[in-house]
Amino acid sequence: MSSLIGLYSLFFGFSFSFLIVLNSVKNFRDTKNFDNRIIFLTFLQFFFVIVSFLGLIASFISSDFSNETVFNHSHTTKPLFYKISGTWGNHEGSLLLWLFVLTFFLLLFLLRSKNQPKRYRILTLLFQQIIIIGFFIFIIKTSNPFNYIFPVPSEGLGLNPILQDPALAIHPPILYLGYVGSSIIFSSTLSATALNYISKEWAIHIKQWVLVSWIFLTLGILLGSIWAYYELGWGGFWFWDPVENVSLMPWLALTTLFHCILVLEKRLILTSWVIILSISTFTLSMCGTFLVRSGILNSVHTFANDPERGLFILIFLFCLIFLSLFIFFFFHKIKRNDSDSFFWLSKESSILINNWFMMYFLSVVLIGTVYPIFLDVLSSKKISVGPPFYNKLIIPFLIPFLLAMAIGPKLKWIKSNLKNKFNLILLLVISLLISILITNNLDDGFLINTILITSSFYLFFITLRDLISRKFKNLSQNIAHFGFSLLILSILFNNIFSTEIITNLKIGESFQSKNFKINFEKVERKDKQNFKSIIGKFNIENSNGTIDQLNPELRIYNQPNIVTSEADIKTNIFTDKFITMNLVQNQEYFNIRYQIKPLMIWIWISVLLISFGGLISLFKKKYEN
Amino acid sequence: MYGRKVKLRFFFVLLVLLTLVLSVFVILKSLEENVVYFQSPTEIKALSEIEKKKIRIGGMVKIKSISMKTKEIKFIITDFENEINVIYSGVVPNLFTEGKGVVAEGYLKDKNFFLATKILAKHDENYMPPEVKAALEEK
Repeated sequence: MSSLIGLYSLFFGFSFSFLIVLNSVKNFRDTKNFDNRIIFLTFLQFFFVIVSFLGLIASFISSDFSNETVFNHSHTTKPLFYKISGTWGNHEGSLLLWLFVLTFFLLLFLLRSKNQPKRYRILTLLFQQIIIIGFFIFIIKTSNPFNYIFPVPSEGLGLNPILQDPALAIHPPILYLGYVGSSIIFSSTLSATALNYISKEWAIHIKQWVLVSWIFLTLGILLGSIWAYYELGWGGFWFWDPVENVSLMPWLALTTLFHCILVLEKRLILTSWVIILSISTFTLSMCGTFLVRSGILNSVHTFANDPERGLFILIFLFCLIFLSLFIFFFFHKIKRNDSDSFFWLSKESSILINNWFMMYFLSVVLIGTVYPIFLDVLSSKKISVGPPFYNKLIIPFLIPFLLAMAIGPKLKWIKSNLKNKFNLILLLVISLLISILITNNLDDGFLINTILITSSFYLFFITLRDLISRKFKNLSQNIAHFGFSLLILSILFNNIFSTEIITNLKIGESFQSKNFKINFEKVERKDKQNFKSIIGKFNIENSNGTIDQLNPELRIYNQPNIVTSEADIKTNIFTDKFITMNLVQNQEYFNIRYQIKPLMIWIWISVLLISFGGLISLFKKKYEN
Repeated sequence: MYGRKVKLRFFFVLLVLLTLVLSVFVILKSLEENVVYFQSPTEIKALSEIEKKKIRIGGMVKIKSISMKTKEIKFIITDFENEINVIYSGVVPNLFTEGKGVVAEGYLKDKNFFLATKILAKHDENYMPPEVKAALEEK
C-alpha cells in the first residue's frame, strides 16, 4: 500500500516539473513581478517527493517484501533504526534521497531569494528543474524503488551488516546535502552568467549556499571517515580509496570556490574562476554518484551494481557539462576591471595562490582516481593507485600551502605590507625549534617531517594567537584555519608515532612486545536480535604497570550470512588504543590487530572545528544582511 | 606603464603554463612508479622473469588450503587453472574464506610463491572483485 502511494507520488511530482517549467517560462517573458504560484507549485512538487520518500520508508518499516527494493535490502529481524536507514542504504533509495534534496534546496532557494531580481530567480529555477527532471527520468527508468515482485517473498535478503551502524545511517543524508547542495550553486551561477548578473550582491547571496553545502559535505566526509575507522577494522581513517576520493574532490572544489567568492565579493575579480569552479563542483558531485553507482570503480567500498545506470548518468552529465560550457562561452562577458590592480602582496593574490595549490591537489586526486579506469578501457590492464602516489604528490606541496594559509589572512585587500615582521619570524623560529625537538629521534624522513611539522605549527600558533587576541574579528576564518592546522598536526603525529602489532593467537595465549603484553584470556558468546556475537576478552599489560581491558567483538549475522568485526577502542585525549580480532574459517587461531594511535580524537575534533568555522561565517552573514 | 603591464601578463601566462606542464609531468611520472598491476595466477605462470615490483594477485582461495601459525598464514590462490602459494602476515579481512574471491597485494618470490603484504577486504558477500571476475572468465 505505502509502496503504491510512493510510486504515484513520484509520478505526480514528475508531472509538476512540466507545470513549473511552463509557468516559469510564461512568467519570465510576460509579467514584471515574480509569480508566487511558482513557489506554490514547487512546494507541491517537494511535497510529493517527500510523500514518495516516506512511502518507501513506510514500506521498509512494515517489511513489505512485495517491494523489490525492500526485499533486496531488508529483513524482518533487523532493528527498526536500520530498517529506516536501509531506505537510503541502497541505490534506489539513495537516488530518491538525491531527488528529495534537489527539490528541497530549490524550494529553499525560492523562499530565501525574495530580494533578488525576478529573471535571475526564474532562470535558476529552470536550470534546477532540468537537473530535477533528469533525476526523475533516471529514477523512473532505471532504478525505480517501487518495483513490485510477485509472488511476494516471505523474507527479505537483509542489509549488508557493515552498513548497520549509526554513523553510516546518517552519513548518506548529510553527505548528500553537501553533494546536492552544490546543484543550486550550479544553477544559480549559470543563470547569473546568462543574465550577466555576476556582481557583489550576487556573491553575498550565493556565498550562503556555498557555505551550507560545504559544511554538510565536510561533516559527511567526517562521518564516513569515522565509520571506516572503527568499522572496517584497519585502524585508518583515510585510504585514498576511489570512493573516498570522489567525496574529497567536490570538497576541494567547493573550498576553492568559497575563497574565490570572498574575493569576488570584495573586489569583483576572478569571475571566470567562480563560474568554472561552480560548474566543476557540481560536475564532480555528479561524477561521484556516477562512479560509485556505475560499478566502474574498483574499490573496497563498491557494492554490486548495474552498468546501464552508469551510462544514463554519463549521458546526463555530458548534457549538463555541454550546457554549462555553452553558457559560459557565449554569455559570460568579462568585466573590464578584471585585470586591474593585482598586486603580489595582497589578500587576493594569496588566496589565488592557495587556490592553485588546491586545484593541483584536486587534479592529483582526479588523475589517481580515473587513470586506472582509462587504462582498463584502453589497454585492459588492471592497476590500482595507492597511498604512496598521493602521499608523494600532495605532502610536499602542503608546506607552501600551510605557510600561505598562515600569512595570507594577515594581508589586506588590494595592496598590502606585512606588519609585525619580527613577530611572524619569531613564531616561525619557535615552530621550528619545537618540531626539531619532536622529530629528533626519528630514523627516517627527518627533513620532510620537520619542515611539515614546522609549517603546521606555524599556522597553528599564528591562528591560535589571533584567536586569543583579535576579539572576534573574522572569527570564522580564524577557527577554520586553526582547525586545519590542528588536523594536519594530528594526522602527522598519528602517522609518525603509531605502533601496530598483528599476530595470530589461540585462546589463552599471550603476545609479548617491547612496551606491552597482550593476553588473550577467553571468548564469550551471546545471541542478539539479528546476529550472534563472539566477544574476545583481552588484557593488555603496559610497561608502566597499567592494565587495559579491551573486548573486540565478532558478529555473525544471519541474513545475509556475513561476519563483521567490531573494534574495541579506548579513547582518551592523547591516544586511541584500538584492537580488532578476526576469525579464519576452520582455524583455532584468531587474527589479532592491536594499535596505539596518538591524537586520533583530535583528527575528528579538528574537522568539527573546521566546519564550525563555516557555521559561524554563515550566521554572521545572515546577521549582517 | 602599458609595456610593463603586458610584460607582467606575459610572465604570468608563462608561469601558469610552466606550472601546468611541470605538474602534469610530475603526476604522470609518479603514477608510473606507484601503480600496482593486477595479475592472475595463470598470467604469473606465463611470466618470463620475476619483477621486484609490487603486484596484486586475485583469484579464489583454494578449499582446505588455509593453514595458520602465530606469525603467518599460508594459503593458495587459484584461478582453477593455475595456483600460487601465498605467505602472509597481517590482518585478515572477515570475508576471507576458503572458496571465495580474494585479492592479495605483495611481491613475487618466484613463480610459485607470493609474499603478501596486504589482503584486501570486500564489503559484500556476493561481491567479486572485477579483476577476479575477469580473470576467472578469461579461461
